[in-house]
Order: sequence, then structure tokens, then C-alpha cells
Amino acid sequence: MLFGGREIMTVETATETWVMACSVTQIPENGGGCVLINDEQIAIFNFTRRGEWYATQNLCPHRQQMVLARGMIGSAGDEPKVACPFHKKTFSLESGQCLSGDAYEIKTYPVKIEDGMVFVSI
Amino acid sequence: MTNGTNVLRVVVVGNGMVGYKFCEKLIAKAKDITLDITVFGEEPRPAYDRVHLSEYFAGKTADDLTMAPLDWYFDNGIKLHLSDPITNIDREAKTVSSHHGLIVSYDYLVLATGSAAFVPPIPGVEKDGVFVYRTIEDLGMMQAHAKKARKGAVIGGGLLGLEAAKALLDLGLEETHVIEFAPRLMPRQIDQAGSDILKAKLESLGLQIHLNKNTQEIAGDGIITAMNFADGSKLEVDMLVISAGIKPRDEVARLSGLEVGSRGGIVVNDKLQTSDPHIFAIGECALHDHMIYGLVAPGYEMADIVATNLCNGAKEFKAYDMSTKLKLIGVDVASFGNAFISEPDCQTIVYENKSKGIYKRINISNDNQLLLGGILVGDAEQYNMLLQTVNNKLVLPKDPENLILGARGGEEDSGAGVMGLPDDALICSCEAVTKGQICHEVAENEVHSVDGLKKCTKAGTGCGGCVPMVKDLMLGTMKEQGIYVRNIICEHFDYTRQELFDLVKINEIKSYEGVLDKFGKGDGCEVCKPAVASILASLWNDMILAKGNDIAQDSNDRFLANIQKGGTYSVVPRIPGGEITPEKLIVIGTVAKKYNLYTKITGGQRIDLFGAHLNDLPVIWEELIAAGFESGHAYGKALRTVKSCVGSTWCRFGLHDSVTFAVEVENRYKGIRAPHKFKGGVSGCVRECAEAQAKDFGIIATEKGWNLYVCGNGGAKPQHAQLIAIDISKEDCVKYLDRFLMFYIKTAEPLTRTATWLNKMDGGIAYLKDVVVNDSLGIAEELETEMAGLINNYKCEWKEAIENESIRKRFSHFVNAPEVKDPSVAFTPLRDQKRALEWVK
Ligand SMILES: Cc1cc2nc3c(=O)[nH]c(=O)nc-3n(C[C@H](O)[C@H](O)[C@H](O)COP(=O)(O)OP(=O)(O)OC[C@H]3O[C@@H](n4cnc5c(N)ncnc54)[C@H](O)[C@@H]3O)c2cc1C
Ligand code: SF4
Ligand code: SF4
Ligand code: FES
Repeated sequence: MLFGGREIMTVETATETWVMACSVTQIPENGGGCVLINDEQIAIFNFTRRGEWYATQNLCPHRQQMVLARGMIGSAGDEPKVACPFHKKTFSLESGQCLSGDAYEIKTYPVKIEDGMVFVSI
Repeated sequence: MTNGTNVLRVVVVGNGMVGYKFCEKLIAKAKDITLDITVFGEEPRPAYDRVHLSEYFAGKTADDLTMAPLDWYFDNGIKLHLSDPITNIDREAKTVSSHHGLIVSYDYLVLATGSAAFVPPIPGVEKDGVFVYRTIEDLGMMQAHAKKARKGAVIGGGLLGLEAAKALLDLGLEETHVIEFAPRLMPRQIDQAGSDILKAKLESLGLQIHLNKNTQEIAGDGIITAMNFADGSKLEVDMLVISAGIKPRDEVARLSGLEVGSRGGIVVNDKLQTSDPHIFAIGECALHDHMIYGLVAPGYEMADIVATNLCNGAKEFKAYDMSTKLKLIGVDVASFGNAFISEPDCQTIVYENKSKGIYKRINISNDNQLLLGGILVGDAEQYNMLLQTVNNKLVLPKDPENLILGARGGEEDSGAGVMGLPDDALICSCEAVTKGQICHEVAENEVHSVDGLKKCTKAGTGCGGCVPMVKDLMLGTMKEQGIYVRNIICEHFDYTRQELFDLVKINEIKSYEGVLDKFGKGDGCEVCKPAVASILASLWNDMILAKGNDIAQDSNDRFLANIQKGGTYSVVPRIPGGEITPEKLIVIGTVAKKYNLYTKITGGQRIDLFGAHLNDLPVIWEELIAAGFESGHAYGKALRTVKSCVGSTWCRFGLHDSVTFAVEVENRYKGIRAPHKFKGGVSGCVRECAEAQAKDFGIIATEKGWNLYVCGNGGAKPQHAQLIAIDISKEDCVKYLDRFLMFYIKTAEPLTRTATWLNKMDGGIAYLKDVVVNDSLGIAEELETEMAGLINNYKCEWKEAIENESIRKRFSHFVNAPEVKDPSVAFTPLRDQKRALEWVK
């Protein structure tokens, strides 16, 4: 599949479809970046401090804004989270639950790193 | 003590601090008694806070000082006659008659006529330019005269004299002299050694002090020009305030045959009854046991006693503790208990530090058990605790010197001290509030702010001296209940912003991760990241997108633009002072057209370009920078604009060139990061077209120079900026601004505007002014140097960003498709332009 002249590689395994999203160097350490996969905006987070990668929808459910990748990440207790830049609602990067007391939920996706590339399962 | 009829008719003569307090207490206590209260006041306004009179010069208005508005009297059914002094009492008929001819009957009469300044019979005291300092009217006259005066003097080096000297300093006189007859300052409160230190300290703050000086004549032809002294010396002055003591206002009492003291004062017994049992005297006019009490706290106690007794209670006035703590021109002075007792009647421990201007003396009983009294100059932090130790006869610790030196080496436990007091320890002596009452409100009624406690207990509303202790008690009680009270930043940092600021500075840490590793725990969050990023920026002024710190920035700082509805950004180039050339205006227009941006003039006199795609930001800025623009930092917690009016360059009223000053100041502070955004304004005259008083700092031209205001705010809670310096030069103005801004940057909580910061500051504007103008903390030089460091480090962030390939790369919506703009961005037309699509609600 082609997008903007770039090829997006998909690898199918028995249960999941892993899509190559970007290279690890394209996402800042302890920060996020947004990738476009099949017309869908996905936020990828390089949580260097925890040695983890996370992926969520880029859309903030509060006012439906495509911005979560630009949010600050951090932790609440042990729970990794991202804060929307607009109104600072926070969402768990693991469960997708809104942690600031609202009933919102965001989609999260499995991520894996292979050969310096980031793969997301959608 | 009621008279059998249903209504108790009480007439109060004098509507000063004590007379007012009496009414307040009487109303509160008279639950089942119907009152008919009439008050006569000689002054034209309702009672005001005389103790804080000097704050009038530091920006307070007569309204701020008012004890209760006129409505209060009305609502409580009090008939208040102002500007109408009582001239006669008919004790037979039990009536009083007023200057305007009113005759009013009473069951009980309360004299609260206070005192007047005592003016010694020095030839020439009647000359123009000679003042006393007691009422708001006195202040008004002093203020008017000071405009044409250069050198001022005060006769009297006691408490009131030094207050008056402070007023002269505040009025901006070039020289202020204090003339004292005795060999030491504040002879009633402190000893010679304390006076020596105080004198040195006050001299370093700009006062000239002359002890052992006896004024013989006030010279001048109708208006004062000089003072001649008994020792043959002479001092040229064009303004004089006499503050040589007080004279009780006992003239009406005297006229009606009540017993008065040989040196003045209405004689009262322990019930505060005069020689006529239906007439009471309270406050500064009352002579109890040969003593006139010239402080407000004993006056309030007297008010309480008479109010109680009129409501069928039984209370007596006992000799009153004259312990005091004051801040004189920024210098703490306190004396408590038996301050002057000396060996062999006790043991005395003295600590003296001449270079820091600190003197402390405590007197201890010979058996080492009890604290008897003492004196503190320069640092009176331990005053409240020491006073409590005396009053409650607390047994002294093993090393009593620790009381004034602080426990050295061991754990510090500042709050623990107050919590150890007995429940009936009197915390607020002005309002007679005990520790038990305060702790009860905190624990049972969940009052968790000092303001709240002031409201419900009235503690701290008199002289205000007990406020730190009230706060400690509140925090202590909350802690006991397990309520977390320190304003720590968030779960990741167990420090306040100020603590963290100092730690980062001392340890020279320059990255967010470094700070988190060393002082924090967990992985950080959206609260501590920008707070720490702001501290780092305020300390080092490095490029805020330096690697590692970019992700700690809030979205606006991270992309050097303000995120707007729909996820686009707005672009605000700096237009210092609002001055812009036609060429530059054309560039803004061209850029806006090219990138399809909505343009609007902002409130800060610049132009905001809305609707820019993240991807377009670097190219937009490339074009703006090529035309000579710089970042406007609209996205940062930093200086926004310095708004100006056109001033003397064009305006027919303009006194000085306000635009040039605004441009200079804006360029000086541009880019500097602070706990919150801050704004400035410069107006060319009092008409104030730049609305400078609504800004964090405001500068207004005067005939002689500039006036500087600070801590104003527009926004959700508008607040006028307050005056801290009058008629100063541009250089001084910039110097004070440097200190003010740096002090704010270092000490404010995160996301606190200057107005809120000031509102929370102990000591308020008077304290801030002392720090900034009088350098009362001795940190002015440090603040100026730190500010200079920040200014020298300034670079335009956008210039650096577009020149740095790796930073530039961050400005794309999709990392895997940098040339694709966010397809979800959408606009709708608005008049001749467009707006962001409304978001879902
Ligand atoms: C500059 C200054 C600083 C001070 N600082 C401190 C301080 O730090 N701490 C402290 O404890 N104390 C301080 N004091 C003293 C304190 O202000 C007084 O102790 C207090 O105001 C006394 O209250 P009062 O009601 O007895 O007298 P006042 O406040 O003087 O009120 C008496 C009122 O009665 C009026 N009056 C007089 N005669 C008549 C009449 N015949 N008919 C009708 N009305 C009449 C007077 O005009 C006046 O308004 C300070 C005083 C001054 C001037
Ligand atoms: S503030 Fe004064 S100088 Fe400035 S524009 Fe207004 S009238 Fe003119
Ligand atoms: S006042 Fe409110 S709506 Fe207007 S710019 Fe400020 S934050 Fe936005
Ligand atoms: S749009 Fe994300 S929190 Fe409001």
C-alpha cells in the first residue's frame, strides 16, 4: 500500500496484523509522534524512561481533536499516561481509560520494535 | 447591668479603632438585650485602621483601611454622626450635646476619644510644613506638601516617629532625618545595644538618625526652612513631622468634672468606669492604674470588657502585656515580657551580629526554668514562640540559647513549637483568640485558609502580628489530621516550586530528566514537566527545545506557537511597544495571505495570525525572521507585550517618551521565562491610555520622572497594580523592575500571576516594596545579577529552531509522512476571513 510515496509494510501473523509505522528515531525520547496508517491517525509514544513503547488513537475524545501525540506523557502512581494538550484530560497508555474522572476511553494498540523499526498491531 | 426598661441606650463618643471595636463586640454579645446605639465621631469618615496608616503611602486607599463600611452601621441599627464631636456631657440629665447641637440621652456613655499627637512647646511649631501624624487628613496634607519638599525630619525616635519616618521615605523625600532627644531609639521597647543595631540598619536603608538632640527652634519665615538645636547645630529641612508622644483626649471628660490624671487621661477603675459609674472610658484616652496604653490590643481588650459588663457579664481589666512586634521600614523589632530586667535579677543571653544587623536578648530566671522577657532586632521570627513561652510559663529547654539561635545541627521543627502550646494560650491578643478556638475551626469546621480563619475567629485582623502563628497552627492541625498541606508540585516532586528552584540552581542541573532523577520519583507528568521546564528556562535561559527538554514543554512551548481549536496554531511575532513600520505590516499581510491565516489585532498591540498548520510553522517563521521579526513568546510563560501609548512624541499631553521606554523594556525582558505569563504597560501621562495599571508592571510618566506600579491584572479577576516608587528615573525604574521580576520568578508557585502571588504574600505590597525598593532582604544585587544573566542569554527561539534541522523536523503532523498536513483540520468562513470549525460539545 502506498501513502504519500512511501510504502507501508504489513506483516500478517496468525492472530495479528503488524504494520510498520516508522523508525524508532522518528519519535522523540519520552515523547510522542503521530503516524498515518490506512487513513487512521495513531499516536506512538517512546516512553524511554520506562523502556516501553505505547500506541493509542490520536483523537482526544473530549472535544474530538487530533492531538494526543502532542501531549505530555508521564505516570499516575504506576500507570503510564498521556495528557491532552487542550484541557489536560489524561488517559492511561495501557488501558486507554480516562484518568481524570470522565467516562472517556481511547483505543490502545500493541507495539513492538524490530530492527530499529516500530510496528503497531491494528 | 440593664436599666429595667427594654432598651439599653448606649452613646459612644469617638469612632476610632477602639470605639468601633466596642460597637462590634456589644452587638455580638447583646443576644437578648435590645440596643439603641448612637456614635459620635469627630473625623469625617467611619473608623479606620490607624495602625496601618503608613500603608496609605504604599498604595492603600482610605477605603482599604476602613474597619467597616457605612452600611455596617446602618444594618446594625447604629446611629452614626460623623464630623460631629461631642462638646458637653450633662451627667445629671444623662445627655450629651454635640457640636451641631444634637442632644442625646444615654443609659451608659462610653468615651473612646483616643489621643492626639503631643506637640512640645518648641517655638515655630505653628509654621507651614510642620505636621503631626495621626489621621488620614494629616496624611493628605503631608502628601501635598511633600511634592515640593526635598528634606524632611521627624522629631521623635519612638515607634510612631519611626513610622512617620517611613512615611517620609515612602513620600520620596531625598533626605529623611530622625531627631531623638534620648540617647537611643525606641526607648520604651529596646535597650542601648538593640538601638545601636537598629540605628545602623535604618541608616543603611537611607534614614539619617540624630540621637541626644534637643530641638530648640523651628526656623523659617512662615514656612519651615531649618531646625536649630540646643547644641548649636542646625539642620536645613523643608518638612517636619512631630511625633514626640501622645496626649489623651480628655477635654470633654475634664469639662464635665470627671476625674482625670495630672498628666492627662480619664481615670478608670478595673471595670473601666470613670468617676461616674454610668460613664466608661476605653482605649488611648483611659488612664488605668497610672498607665495610658498606646497600643491597639489593650484598647480592644477594654472594649471587650465594657461590652461584656453591659451585657450582664463580669470581667475586669488587668495590667496589660505591652509586648510588641513591629516591622519598621522592613526591619523587625520586638520586645516582650520583661524586656529590661537585668543581672543579678536574671540571667541574660545576648546574640549580636553587627554585619547582618541582628540583635537578640533573652532574660531567663536565675533557676533556668522560665523565660522572663527579651528584645529582638533585625530578626523577630521567634517572637510569637518566645512570647508564648513567657505568657504560658512554659519550662525552658536545656539549652535556652537555642530559643534565639535555632537548634543547630538537629532536625528543624518549626511548626511543632506552636502545636505544643496549651489550648488556652492566647494567640491573637487584639481579638483575644486562643489556640483552642483556632484549632477547633480547622479541625471541626474544616477552615483551611488563613483568610477563612480571619473571618470566623477574627484572629489576625487587628495588628496582624499573629498571622504567622495562626498559619502555623492551621498547618499543624491539618498535618495532625493527615491532611497534606505543603504546596508540593505533584506526586513526583515532594518540593514546592521555590524549593525545587533553589535545588536545581545549587546543583546546576540543566535537563528535566536530570531533575527528575535527582529530586523526583516516578515518570513525571503534565504538571511537573512544564513547571520544571519553566524553572530550567528561568535559571539558564537555554534554548527551550534543547534535546530532552522539548518533551517536557507544554504543547505550546514545544511547538513555539499557541494551539487553537482544531489543532492548528497561531503565530505572534514580537512588535515591541506596539510600534511597527509599514514595511513590516506588509510582510505580515503577505505571509498571512500566502498561508491562508486569519489575522486579528490582539489586546497587547500586536497581530495574531491564526490557523497555521503545524507543518507550515517553520516556513512561516522563516519569512517573518527574514523581514526582521522575532518570536513574540505568546506561547510561553514569559513576557508578552509592553503596551504603550504614543506619549510625548505625538500626544499633546505626553510628559515623556513612553513608546521608547516601552520598546526598551520589552526588548530587555523578551524571552525570559517565569512562573506565568507577564505583561507590562507604559503611559505618557496620568491619562493612562496604555492601561499600565492593569498589567503585571506599569510605568506612568510624571512631571519629575516615572511612577512604577506592580502586580496588576486584567483577565478573569481584574486588580489594579500598586504603586511602589514615585518620580523615579528610567534607570531606577529598570533596576526595580529587574529586582521585582526576578523575585517573582524565584518565589512564585507555578502558574501564579504576579497579582495572585502578591495577594498570597505575607506582608503584602509593603513587604514587596521593602524588598524591591529598600532591599530589606539584602538580595537586590543578587537579583540584578541573575536578571542580567538571563538578558544576556537571550536568543530568538524561532531563529534557532528553523536553523536546526533536527528541531525543524519535529514540526510535522505525521512522522511517517512529513509533507502531509493534518487532514482533520477544517475551517468555516467568517466575515471576510475564516474561523476554526466548532468542536463537539
Ligand atoms: C502612625 C501610627 C502607627 C501606629 N502603629 C501601631 C502599631 O503598630 N501597633 C499598635 O498596637 N498601635 C499602633 N498605633 C496606635 C493605635 O493606632 C492606637 O492605639 C489606637 O488607634 C487607639 O484607638 P482609640 O480608638 O483609642 O483612639 P483613636 O483611634 O485615636 O480614635 C479616637 C477617635 O475619637 C475621636 N474623638 C476625639 N474626641 C472626640 C469627641 N469629643 N467627640 C467625638 N469624637 C471624638 C477622634 O477624632 C478619633 O477619631 C499607631 C498609631 C499611629 C498614629
Ligand atoms: S496617556 Fe497621556 S501621553 Fe499617553 S496618549 Fe494618553 S494622554 Fe497622551
Ligand atoms: S478570554 Fe477566553 S476565549 Fe478569549 S482568548 Fe482568552 S482564553 Fe480564549
Ligand atoms: S480536547 Fe482533549 S482534553 Fe479537551
